[in-house]
Amino acid sequence: MPGPVEPAAPSATFPPEVIERVHHMADTGQYPIRGLGARRPLPSFDDLVFLTASVSRYPLEGYRERCETRTVLGGRHGARPIELDIPITIAGMSFGALSAAAKEALGRAATAVGTSTTTGDGGMTPEERKASDKLVYQVLPSRYGFDPADLRSADAVEVVIGQGAKPGGGGLLLGQKVGDRVAEMRTLPAGIDQRSASRHPDWVGPDDLRIKIEELREATEWRIPVYVKVGATRVDHDVKLAVAAGADVVVVDGMQGGTAATQDVFIEHAGIPTLPAVRQAAEALAEIGMEREVQLIVSGGIRSGADVAKALALGADAVSIGVAALVALGCNRAHAHGPGGGALDVTDGYRALGTLPGRCAHCHTGRCPVGIATQDAELERRLETDRGAEAVANFLRATTMELTALARACGKSDVHHLEPEDLVALTVEAAAMARVPLAGTRWIPGG
Amino acid sequence: MCGVVGLLIKDPALEPRLGSLLVPMIEALGDRGPDSSGIAVYSDGAAGGSGPLATLAGAEVRISLGSDAPVDWPSVRADLERRFSPVATVSELPRGLLVGAPMRHAAEIQVYLGDQWPEVRVLATGGAVAVIKDTGRPEETCSRHALSEWQGYLAVAHTRMATESAVTLLHSHPFVPAADLCVVHNGSFSNYASVRRWLSSQGVRFDSDNDSEVAARLLAERLAAGDDLAEATRWVMKELDGFFTLVITTATGMSVVRDAFACKPAAVAEADGYVAVASEYRALAHLPGIAHARVFEPRPEEVYTWTRSTATS
Amino acid sequence: MDTLDCDVLTLRELNRALRSLEVGSSVRLRNPGGRHNLAVGLETSVSVTIEGNAGYFVGGLCGSRSDAGPDITVKGFVGWSVGENLMSGTVRVRGSASQSAGSSAHGGLIAIDGDASLRAGISLKGGTLAVAGDAGAMTGFMAQAGTILVGGNVGHGLGDSLYEAVIYVGGSIASLGADAREEELTDEDVLEVKRLVARTGFDHIDPAAVRRVASARSLYHFSTRHHGAY
Repeated sequence: MPGPVEPAAPSATFPPEVIERVHHMADTGQYPIRGLGARRPLPSFDDLVFLTASVSRYPLEGYRERCETRTVLGGRHGARPIELDIPITIAGMSFGALSAAAKEALGRAATAVGTSTTTGDGGMTPEERKASDKLVYQVLPSRYGFDPADLRSADAVEVVIGQGAKPGGGGLLLGQKVGDRVAEMRTLPAGIDQRSASRHPDWVGPDDLRIKIEELREATEWRIPVYVKVGATRVDHDVKLAVAAGADVVVVDGMQGGTAATQDVFIEHAGIPTLPAVRQAAEALAEIGMEREVQLIVSGGIRSGADVAKALALGADAVSIGVAALVALGCNRAHAHGPGGGALDVTDGYRALGTLPGRCAHCHTGRCPVGIATQDAELERRLETDRGAEAVANFLRATTMELTALARACGKSDVHHLEPEDLVALTVEAAAMARVPLAGTRWIPGG
Repeated sequence: MCGVVGLLIKDPALEPRLGSLLVPMIEALGDRGPDSSGIAVYSDGAAGGSGPLATLAGAEVRISLGSDAPVDWPSVRADLERRFSPVATVSELPRGLLVGAPMRHAAEIQVYLGDQWPEVRVLATGGAVAVIKDTGRPEETCSRHALSEWQGYLAVAHTRMATESAVTLLHSHPFVPAADLCVVHNGSFSNYASVRRWLSSQGVRFDSDNDSEVAARLLAERLAAGDDLAEATRWVMKELDGFFTLVITTATGMSVVRDAFACKPAAVAEADGYVAVASEYRALAHLPGIAHARVFEPRPEEVYTWTRSTATS
Repeated sequence: MDTLDCDVLTLRELNRALRSLEVGSSVRLRNPGGRHNLAVGLETSVSVTIEGNAGYFVGGLCGSRSDAGPDITVKGFVGWSVGENLMSGTVRVRGSASQSAGSSAHGGLIAIDGDASLRAGISLKGGTLAVAGDAGAMTGFMAQAGTILVGGNVGHGLGDSLYEAVIYVGGSIASLGADAREEELTDEDVLEVKRLVARTGFDHIDPAAVRRVASARSLYHFSTRHHGAY
């Protein structure tokens, strides 16, 4: 009689996840669509470490000696700049992708800590404008809900060429999230699968972008800064072209950047990681002599004060967070907000989606167990804006303290004084991408 | 990141005015391309007027010279005159030279330049064309060269917004891959690297890694293989993917083509005395008789060709 | 009527002057010279006549949800995206328009006496685009709501990825885009076109003889069976 069957170790080319994926496609004829950002391991900020205080470099005292975090964005063409208390902003996420409660909570948290939020692919809600002291208004290829009145009420405008999760792809909102209010705002029939354009309808190319930016300035009497956002692909070119077209601020979103819904192949296989994107963007600005005139915001997988510090050290003026803000709000938590300030166990909600707290990326379903990425009124009730706002504000404050702790340890009285020389890399890839030496050596691969 | 302009004169009475009609077209597109410009002018041997083209009158071949490096052009001129006079005539430009010579000396002159003045680049050769390339705002280039006084029967120009920090003439249009053949391109090709590799393997040499040069060299290959301008242009359209408006000129005509999605702008004016093409309508607005011209935007994937004799599409 | 000279004033000065006009007043712009971004961001009911050719984005971002919006006339041709994102009001072009005329307009009327180019009415969101002459390829691309009327012929890919906007064509259609189909003209359609003809003065168009193109609505839900259509 043969012995027990010993399963072979999983194939690296066809591991169980890939086999399951192919089965899914065979069963449904659909490609996988999901939310959040790239999941697979990528060269990232984790591969960089700070060279903090030593015999010749003195640290600042925590708590007593001030480390400035104030950040000013967008003054290049004389607009009223965006003045932030911290170099961390909240990235563009749509009402539609998120619930109204989530947008409001994010706005209130941002206001509480002195930073900005950004609208998304669907326009501005009155709740968000009211809740958020500094609101950046996006101009997207779809132009859903775009209203000149909202533009005039905004504190900055952001022309979106692409985002890190899907550079070159348009927005996506599946029918289950196109409820009546969303449909009305977006001028779409309720319940359809929304497929956004990937190019702008009224301009194509950097020479036309220049004219478009002028139009936006004329419509707002040159009062507000103009940001241009790109997904990280040909970063060097894109940054220079954005500047030539007139951008006051350039936003670069790496492939770890999240989305509420897009094709899995886009998320995992398009765009470059945030790590190489930051350095490339900063060097592009320096090459054209614009590093002091035009500010750089980076996003895509920023999770902690260490990430913020590294982004700033590599040349960013600020970072934007998306997924981290939602996680702070309650994403992937086993408990949602229960009645009377208590907790409501929603693990079953995750199970119903075929996942568990801590592993969920099912924003596209609209069945978010914690009321964030949903249009369902009942699910939305699981997110109380007070508690949500406080949670996100806590996270932002704590992250800022992590940032200043590292900056102080590097001898900086201002987080914007962090520089590439404060960093070394733990891997050859990270050293080459960040153009800092491999730890313990003087070697920067690629020269 | 650029503007293109083309002007084919049908009525000989307008040939003396080529420059004065061309300059406002170029200036209208200065914002689209503020960093550098390239201008090609075609004239007959008997071109009238004063200026650099007049001194080339009668030469079989014109050689246009320019450089990114700071070249002592008066010295180059003196050297060429010393070596090649009286067969060659040399005309000085603010940032280059125009050399006129008999056919049998043209190659020798280029070899000589390659040896003695390696920083000097040959921008163009041909029996009819003269090419200027310069950095800086197009309006200034036009006035520096007194372009409004130039005479001829055909011109094509390109204004460029640079993406590199160093604005190089080598990347400037028009690309002149063969005698009298100018190619100007607005847009970007998405598969040019592969097409370049294939052409390289066929023995074609490239001066830059620019995508537009690939289209220019491909066009030259097709023309050399016996295609007429329309067929050659169709070839380019088939092989190259991306967004583009191409304006192509030869000693006898001009052609325009846009890709299937036609996102890069182009407008054409067909009038009794001329055919003009530009990236924006407003570059055509000053042309004589424009109010009665047939003004239209070229349809996607259609090759429009005008020849000097007929100048109808 | 007041006159503003575009040769003398900068773009910012021009638009600022237009914005500060009293409701109901009129102004003339001389020597526009194909300038971009003229009459951008005007909310209220003012009348602007541009005496010559204009560039891109004429009448862009004008009108509002609560206002009747401006009345803008261009006595010449215009560049790309005339009347883009119009909320209310009228933009009238006596000549022809370049690409993306009426892009993403939410309300109001954009009327072109000459021809419109490619992607006329792209991303339309409830406004009305009327073209007396021909319109180019991909007219009505991804048009979500509103009405497009073309008196002459239209190019390839008409109404590609159309949502709920409706397109009426007086002349020939080179080809239909993905998910667009020709439908029977109803009495309501005829009435609608009649109203538009009266409003624009495009009386060369016979309301009973236009062709109606609307969405077949088969791409409203994702399916990989449609992979060729995307």
